[in-house]
Formats: sequence, structure tokens, C-alpha cells
Amino acid sequence: MSSASLATASSDTPNYYDDLIKKFVIAAVFWGLAGFLAGDYIAWQLAFPVLNLDLEWTTFGRVRPLHTSAVIFAFGGNVLIGTSFYVVQRTCRASLFGGNGFGSFIFWGYQVFIVLAATGYLLGITQGKEYAEPEWYVDLWLTVVWVAYLIAFGGTIIKRAEPHIYVANWFYLAMILTIAMLHLGNNVMVPTVLFGGDFVKSYIIWAGVQDAMTQWWYGHNAVGFFLTSGFLGMMYYFVPKQAERPVYSYRLSVVHFWALTFLYIWAGPHHLHYTALPDWVQTLGMTFSVMLWMPSWGGMINGVMTLSGAWHKLRTDPVLRFMVASVGFYGMSTFEGPLMSVKAVNSLSHYTDWTVGHVHSGALGWNALISFGVIYFLVPRLWNRERLYSLRLVSTHFWISTIGIVLYIASMWVSGIMQGLMWRTYDSLGFLQYSFIETVEAMHPYYIIRATGGLLFVIGALIMIYNLWMTAKGEIRDEAPIGLDAQSARAAE
Amino acid sequence: MDLANIMELVRSLWVVWLALLFGGIVFWAFRPKNKKRFEDDAMIIFKKNGENGGNAHG
Repeated sequence: MSSASLATASSDTPNYYDDLIKKFVIAAVFWGLAGFLAGDYIAWQLAFPVLNLDLEWTTFGRVRPLHTSAVIFAFGGNVLIGTSFYVVQRTCRASLFGGNGFGSFIFWGYQVFIVLAATGYLLGITQGKEYAEPEWYVDLWLTVVWVAYLIAFGGTIIKRAEPHIYVANWFYLAMILTIAMLHLGNNVMVPTVLFGGDFVKSYIIWAGVQDAMTQWWYGHNAVGFFLTSGFLGMMYYFVPKQAERPVYSYRLSVVHFWALTFLYIWAGPHHLHYTALPDWVQTLGMTFSVMLWMPSWGGMINGVMTLSGAWHKLRTDPVLRFMVASVGFYGMSTFEGPLMSVKAVNSLSHYTDWTVGHVHSGALGWNALISFGVIYFLVPRLWNRERLYSLRLVSTHFWISTIGIVLYIASMWVSGIMQGLMWRTYDSLGFLQYSFIETVEAMHPYYIIRATGGLLFVIGALIMIYNLWMTAKGEIRDEAPIGLDAQSARAAE
Repeated sequence: MDLANIMELVRSLWVVWLALLFGGIVFWAFRPKNKKRFEDDAMIIFKKNGENGGNAHG
């Protein structure tokens, strides 16, 4: 409900702080575009290294964490916090705990975190821990903001008017609590400034394989709880809303939640196969990863089957198509992930482009596509517009980004498996058949295909931004409704 | 058997406790008696004052 229509709302309707959610939507779109551009830039760098401009600030090593943090924490984070505030207020029928001022602190505090982290990477300030690169002072600031987020979200649940806590909120809350635990656990850093060193450098308190294990306990559960639980929270609210029918099985969603939460936390060691990590821990991580097939597919089926009996909507509603395709990609990448965690498969796939392709089928296919669908859902409602500027442009965006994703992941499968096979090929005398540089040369064409796929994805995002901008202005494009051709053809028969 | 030994035994059975707890959740979720309440819970997102324009379906 927008602020404009609040005046006419009945007295029992709580005051939803939707101007706050607008800010998160704008920030998500802004950081999303920045993150996609950074990613495609370094994709072209891998194909043509001269593009690093020979400047330290634009080398792959510095722009890569900028890309990953921008898309995961800036784009994904703003989508998650914004949608969680939208969903928790409506499903609890309560206004946001702490009100607009507290919410604004969370919003601006989170943006400050992003800017501090991102500028640090380009200047070479990093902990060197993947997906946990921000230095100790940024970590402390994020802790303050995240605790405020927990208070706002949890406080809204506590003061709810609806007796039952809708399942989407469970997923969001699991995300908030687990990310807090992971962030604190993986950032027990000692700043060197305490011992007369640099202000911007710190070292973790444990070393060696203990550090590696903690890092991937963090890293994999950032995937499991930030990019999975949180986004599943979005799925359980926005897919049924857009399809205008309740979720396929609420009872399955309860089992889905607990199964996912029990299992995910143990999967991290699969990032450390064939390392100094004890064998039994590797096998434990692999076993739990394989067990994750069940809750992942249970949830995926629950999301997709919500359309059972209403499949025709996919033909006429490109926003719903975004959401359902994203759940399909979720099913695909959560099938691939456990497969890659099996030690025998991992010995081929690890350190190759296959991993990169897998990550992007999840990140682009699942996280980004569902975010686009949800943003298309939210903007007309938040800006109090009748509908989107153009559904045909949504459809164009859908196809151009889906083709981009397919180019990306297909080229990385070929490149990654080829790379893995070349690394392990011996000649008849027992020497390695290929030098490292020969594998790099062999990957070149696939790097161009991958960067082209990324470019299509960026173009799709630009189409979305234009569409959203026009929607916010209140324009409606004069166009034939999607699916009308087929309908009118049938009527003419 | 002193308390420390008992503690050690109980702690080594954590996977059993978690499996039992999870089994309890599955029983609770799929118990026929609870069918109606979960079907009602699924409709929370369509309540009238949940959002403008939201309608109950199904």
C-alpha cells in the first residue's frame, strides 16, 4: 500500500512503511547494474587481459571481489532486506517495528557498508577471505546494522496481529540469524593496528586448515542462508501472490524449511576436498550436500506446482514467467551442486570453470531472475501505478537474460570439463600432456561466449531499468496484450 | 558411570536427537488433524487488509 492511499485506508489497516521499501528497490536496481557491469568487465578481461588497463585498481584481483560483493551483498542484500520488510509487515498485519526512522538507519547503514567495502577492494584493502573480504572495521559496522535489521524484523513479528507466522518469515528469519552467526564466526580478526601495524589490516585468530574450514563453513552457508533461505522466503510470498493462488502445499513448506535448515549448515567441507582437511570431514560435507537434494527439490516442486491448474498464466504473464523460471534454475543448480560435491566428480570439477558456471546458474538463474520478477511485482504497487509501463518489455528482458544465462553456463561447462580433463591427461611416459598455458589458450573462445552471455544479461537489466523508470513516471505503453494473438486466432476459428 | 561419561554418550547421539526432532516436525506437519489449519495459514497472504487488491482464492 502506498503512502498516497493511506489516508483512505480503514482504521484497522496498519501503517506500512512502504517509502522505505522504495529506497531498497532503487538501491537494489542501482547496485545490480553496477555489479553486472563489473562482472561482465572482468569476463572480457579474462578473454582479453589488456582490458585490465595495466592499472592496479582495475586488475581482475581487485574488481572480482567488487563484482561478487556488489551482486550478492549489494543487489541481493537490498532485495532481501527490502522484500523482507514488505512481506513481514503484510503477513503480520503490523507496521515495521521501530518505524521509518529506524528503517532508514538500516537502509543508509547498509549502503555505507557497501561503499566502505567496495572502495576498499579497489584500493587493495581486503582480508583475502572469499565473500568475506571487508576488513575488520567494516565488519564491525555491518554487525551494528545487521543487529538493527534483526530487531526491526523480529520486533515486527513479535507485535503481529496475525496469530500464525507465515512461512516466508521463517525463511527470512533463518537468513538473518544464520548470517549474523556466520559473520561473527568467520571474522574473529586481530587488527594489526593494535600492535603498531597498519589500520586497514587484520589477521584471523586461527590459522591453516582451521581457518579454511571456518571460511567455507561461512562461505557455503552464505550460499545456503543468504542466497537460498532468504530468496526462498521471497518465493513463498511472491510466487503465490503473482499466481493468485496459495502455495501448492503449506505442509510441505514446513518440512522444507526444517530439512533445509538442519542440513545446509554441514555442507561447507565440500569446498575443501583433497586438502589438509581430515578425510572424515570431507566425507561428512559430501554426504550432507547429497542429502540436500531432498529439501532443495521438495522446495522447488512446491514453488513450481503452485501453478498447478494455472499453467496458462505463464503464457500471458511474463512477471510470473521470471519467477517460475527462477525456481526452475534453482532446481537445476541444486541438482548440479550435490553432484559436484561428490569427491570423484569434484576431483575433475574443482578449480575449473565448471564451478564458475554452476555458481552463475544459481546466481543469475535463481537469485537474479526471481529478484527481477519481484521488482516488477513491487514497483507498480509501491509507486501506486495501475500496472507496469510495458509487459512486452518484461518479456523481452526475460528472453534476452535467459539466453545470456544459457550462453554463460553452457560455455563454462564445456570450458571447465575440458580444462579439468587437460590438467589430468598423461602421455605414454607418464608426463603431463598439456602445459598450463595450453589449457588457458583452449579456454579463450569459451571466455568470449561467456562474456557475450553476460553482455546480454546487462542489456536485459537496462531494459528493465527503462521499464521501471517509465512505470514510476506513470506512463503506460500502448501495446497489444501478450497472448492476445493466440486468443483472437482461436476466437476467429 | 559418572556424569562426564553419561554426558559424552548423550552428546555422541546428537544425530539421533536431531533425527527424532525432525521426525516429530514431519509428523506434526502431515498429521491429518492439522490439514485444515495449514490450508488456512497458506491463505494469510490473501487477507484483505494484508495488501490492497489482495483477494482470497481457491
